[in-house]
Amino acid sequence: MSGWTRDEMMTVAAARRLWNGCVCFVGIGLPSAACNLARLTHAPDIVLIYESGTVGTRPSVLPLSIGDGELAETAACVVPLPEVFAYLLQAGRVDVGFLGAAQVDRHGNLNSTVIGPYDAPKTRLPGAGGATEIAAHARQTFVMLKASPRSLVARLDFRTSAGFLDGHGARARAGLTGGGPQAVITDFGELAPEPGSEELVLSALFPGVTADQARAAVGWPLRSAPTVATLEPPQLHELDTLRALNARTAEAHSRPARLPA
Amino acid sequence: MTLTTLAEAIDRHVRDGACVALEGFTHLIPFAAGHEIIRQGRRNLHLVRMTPDLVYDQLIGMGCAARLTFSWGGNPGVGSLHRLRDAVEHGWPRTLELDEHTHAGLAAAYCAGAARLPFGLLRGYLGTDLAAANPRIRSVECPFTGERLAAVPAVNPDVTILHAQRADRRGNVALEGIVGAQREAAFAARALVVTVEQVVDELPPAMNGIVLPHWIVGAVVHCPGGAYPSYAQGHYARDNAFYQRWDSIARERDVFLAWMQRHVLASRDHAEFLARLREAA
Repeated sequence: MSGWTRDEMMTVAAARRLWNGCVCFVGIGLPSAACNLARLTHAPDIVLIYESGTVGTRPSVLPLSIGDGELAETAACVVPLPEVFAYLLQAGRVDVGFLGAAQVDRHGNLNSTVIGPYDAPKTRLPGAGGATEIAAHARQTFVMLKASPRSLVARLDFRTSAGFLDGHGARARAGLTGGGPQAVITDFGELAPEPGSEELVLSALFPGVTADQARAAVGWPLRSAPTVATLEPPQLHELDTLRALNARTAEAHSRPARLPA
Repeated sequence: MTLTTLAEAIDRHVRDGACVALEGFTHLIPFAAGHEIIRQGRRNLHLVRMTPDLVYDQLIGMGCAARLTFSWGGNPGVGSLHRLRDAVEHGWPRTLELDEHTHAGLAAAYCAGAARLPFGLLRGYLGTDLAAANPRIRSVECPFTGERLAAVPAVNPDVTILHAQRADRRGNVALEGIVGAQREAAFAARALVVTVEQVVDELPPAMNGIVLPHWIVGAVVHCPGGAYPSYAQGHYARDNAFYQRWDSIARERDVFLAWMQRHVLASRDHAEFLARLREAA
């Protein structure tokens, strides 16, 4: 069962969740790779929006930052940032938001602000950026992160972005307009909210990974969905496309820039 | 408007203790102006920027800032801003008060500032700990529907500093590409300073590009390469390799200080800063 890495499987699994024509708000890093893999394989008409205001962008290499020139040059349009957040996101015109985080709890709430107390943090993280309102307003969100008991935690140090809050309908009662996290895609498989309790349960495993391995990587007593699927391994065309994209990206980012004269 | 040097523009418009916004969302970040603020040794600044980026990592690490209003403080695609972290986690070189928002919240605060309204309004910060951490994030009731909405105080910097592709001789400034919240930050400010790649007799037709009209522009500085290592669409690309290198430059205090001394403080101006980097390449 070798021939692919769990990182690759994670990106492929995330890409497969996107459909052709969907309007997708993209974060940098793993989500960006997944969204562009989808665009280059089964979803050529996906609309990718980066928070820098580039809408309908089709980069040939993955951007390092959220606002690389490549994103603007290949975009259908570039709009001011207040417009992205007010007219597109807050107005409910985004189908899917893709998020990462340092910590996720059992109801899909996210921390990207601090480890430790806010006023005296052990580790100061970058903060909310666009995530809080993406989590609030996208019709659904997918979360990507590598699993460990330090990242999938029983209790967040700080709640930066809302998932299902305390579950059992709390999200809707709080006035959050979007549907919340429908999947947490990790490097062992996927978690999904259980109907009713809205607690994340094991819903799918990568080929060759056991449910025990998944439970060991989660910091709360992880329950399983009634059926736990085993995901199809990456197909050759998915792997070829992803590896070519990553190779083009690595080459482009290591190329010394010409200093302005 | 006056066409002036960067040293004069900073000397005149950036006072100790001032509220200063150097805007530019990844693109068109006014690095040259940030370096000149460091050279002139400004202190106790209240810095405002959605994404502090390397330019504020440098200002914070050099002890220029007392307060930071921001919404995402990382090195994009790379990791931490180590100088920002050191200030927040250890108070080095001095303590830094945080006024922390989300992108949507800070964008709303700039829009309100530009319109000279007292606060920005959004359906935001819901279900999070952000409002508990920042007492300036509050809520108001819609007088029509009764809905509770988030309110953030308007941001009105004493001076906003931008970098743009070009200005004409009257001081009209044109920028294009990724424009972030620069227009809002410009109109929100009490004074506006712009560094530009080119000064031209007449601007090309702007179409939907952004033009900042000459009567809101306090000073224009001709400063080619003024956004490096950020970029200016149509002129030069973002130096992604430098952003990756910054991680090791900024990680340790002494390496950071030595780099700033050698590259920024020892250079008279931005042209010399770029010339030294070209020699080292």
